[in-house]
Amino acid sequence: MSQYLLRRLLIIVPSVLGISIVIFTVLALAPGDPFEELATNPNVPAEVRAHLRAKFGLDDPVAVRYVRWLGAMLGGDWGFSFASRINVDDLILGRLPTTLLVIGSSQVLALLIALPVGVYAATRPYSIFDQIANTLAYVGFSLPTFFTGILFILVFSIQLDWLPFVYRSDISATGWQFYWEHFKQALMPVAVLGLFQGASWTRYVRSAVLDVIRLDYVTTARAKGLGERAVVMKHVVRNALIPVVTLVALQMPAIFGGAIVTEQIFRVPGIGSLLITAILANDTPVIMAVTFVFAGLVILCNLLADLLYVWLDPRISYR
Amino acid sequence: MSGSTPASPTASAALAGAGAARGRGGTSLGEEAWRRFRRHRLALGGAAVLLLIFLAVLLGPWLWQVPINEIDFSARLEAPSWRHPLGTDDLGQDLLARMLYGGRISIAVGFAAMLIAIVAGTIVGAVAGMSRGSVDTLLMWLTELFLSLPQLPLLLLIIYLFRDSLKVLVGPEVGIFILIVAVIGGFRWMPVARLVRAQFLSLREKEFVEAARALGATRTRQVVRHILPNSLGPVIVAATIDVAAAIIAESTLSFLGLGFPPDIPTWGRLLYDAKDYLDIASHWALFPGAAIFVVVLSINYIGDGLRDALDPRKVM
Repeated sequence: MSQYLLRRLLIIVPSVLGISIVIFTVLALAPGDPFEELATNPNVPAEVRAHLRAKFGLDDPVAVRYVRWLGAMLGGDWGFSFASRINVDDLILGRLPTTLLVIGSSQVLALLIALPVGVYAATRPYSIFDQIANTLAYVGFSLPTFFTGILFILVFSIQLDWLPFVYRSDISATGWQFYWEHFKQALMPVAVLGLFQGASWTRYVRSAVLDVIRLDYVTTARAKGLGERAVVMKHVVRNALIPVVTLVALQMPAIFGGAIVTEQIFRVPGIGSLLITAILANDTPVIMAVTFVFAGLVILCNLLADLLYVWLDPRISYR
Repeated sequence: MSGSTPASPTASAALAGAGAARGRGGTSLGEEAWRRFRRHRLALGGAAVLLLIFLAVLLGPWLWQVPINEIDFSARLEAPSWRHPLGTDDLGQDLLARMLYGGRISIAVGFAAMLIAIVAGTIVGAVAGMSRGSVDTLLMWLTELFLSLPQLPLLLLIIYLFRDSLKVLVGPEVGIFILIVAVIGGFRWMPVARLVRAQFLSLREKEFVEAARALGATRTRQVVRHILPNSLGPVIVAATIDVAAAIIAESTLSFLGLGFPPDIPTWGRLLYDAKDYLDIASHWALFPGAAIFVVVLSINYIGDGLRDALDPRKVM
């Protein structure tokens, strides 16, 4: 087990390198110049500019700059935000918990929808329930998150006036009131993301369970006299989840994309909305760092998926 | 387990079907697929709806000759009426005209990005599938790497960095169109590459390819005439889904304010402009949002129908 974990951790190294190369290449190919603002400012003499360029090593070869940049990123020196006037790592660390909370709860919600509905639909294929669930799943993942968000705001904030549509981090209430306010304002972003993911996962779960439920070992379990519940829960679902975990891990980048959109709609102060603000403000260090953090989160989720495999399928752990 | 023998029954059945069809002069492979597709009622409905929308955005601007940028402050944020069937926006511009025009762009982006993704994916998958050893390993590592990239942040990053220089190079509209199509397509080829490679790996060992090789067919001919046509079924399905994904990606970019400029009212851009007026002019957001939803839903159903229609193993 520990050996497997070690091997997985080692596989991460080339992925991090690859992703960092991609991000850096994009930046290096880009026509802009970090000193553009200085260059257009007539008060900055050319010698000062050249001196600054030399000091920050902007005229070095690309490979040298890449190694220096990667070293700084890994060493925790993520630069200074032009727009917010604080260190980028402080800025991101302050906003990361909100993003993780919203994404995490939405994934839990998605699982709570997808598992029961998918399994129930697959045990009764082509029943009324299955057809309704299937139709809703199609509708659910054809609705882009930005449109669901707008619909939710229209219905729950404007028509019914139940929920706030701006996420606030400065809620003054205390005790239960505080948690209730937080719950109310997180409800719509979490629901938008969770329903979208839940819809596509429902289809994965359904087709995976359908594949497994016809196998001989399931018939054997039934023939032993096991109850239907035990057969489905202990024998079918666990094996059916293996392909589902693969698909979910592949979807992680899309989930973070959805999170950016959701944060932007509901003005959740997470790193997704930070990215958009930074892009609109030309705040390059923040943009690079947030992109890198998102990449890291994707890699982390892939690692989690690999660990889940081991738990779901003991056969692969020592390969 | 059913379905665990990839492609071999597909290929042989497809070939047998084609051979038999030519012999009888009866149904061809395409007709057979069409017959199967018709059985999928939702897919047929999706195709009809999509065709309708295509005709609307293609012919609509000729039939509804209201300019998309005619500003009329006396008709700001009007609800749908006979004069403005879909209402107006905050400058009093006619939303029907804007949606018809924007729909062209949204759908064009969807198809162009799909084409890029399919061509790139097929080439990578075919090269990886035909070559053994290090080339295959390298290409698949690249595919895995691209699959684990955070796509939306990178899309935003690339568009942010390259937008201005492309605008200078080829003009604002064309520049942003090329950029968006290239980036969306460039981040969607990976699933296709994996599909094509898997198909190639099994097809290249099949007897009919061996026969072609024995008859002296060159490597290129083997690929182009024998392997590629037989691996296209899943690619067509993936292409369908990719159109929907690309339309959503473009709308997302425009919705975040980083896609097309305001004078090109794609559906996502309309939503972006409308989202600050939800309480007083909800129609402005609802129509483009519904249009995106209907197109994507139709395409997804068509993809589902094609999956059934192009899989000869499936008995219908």
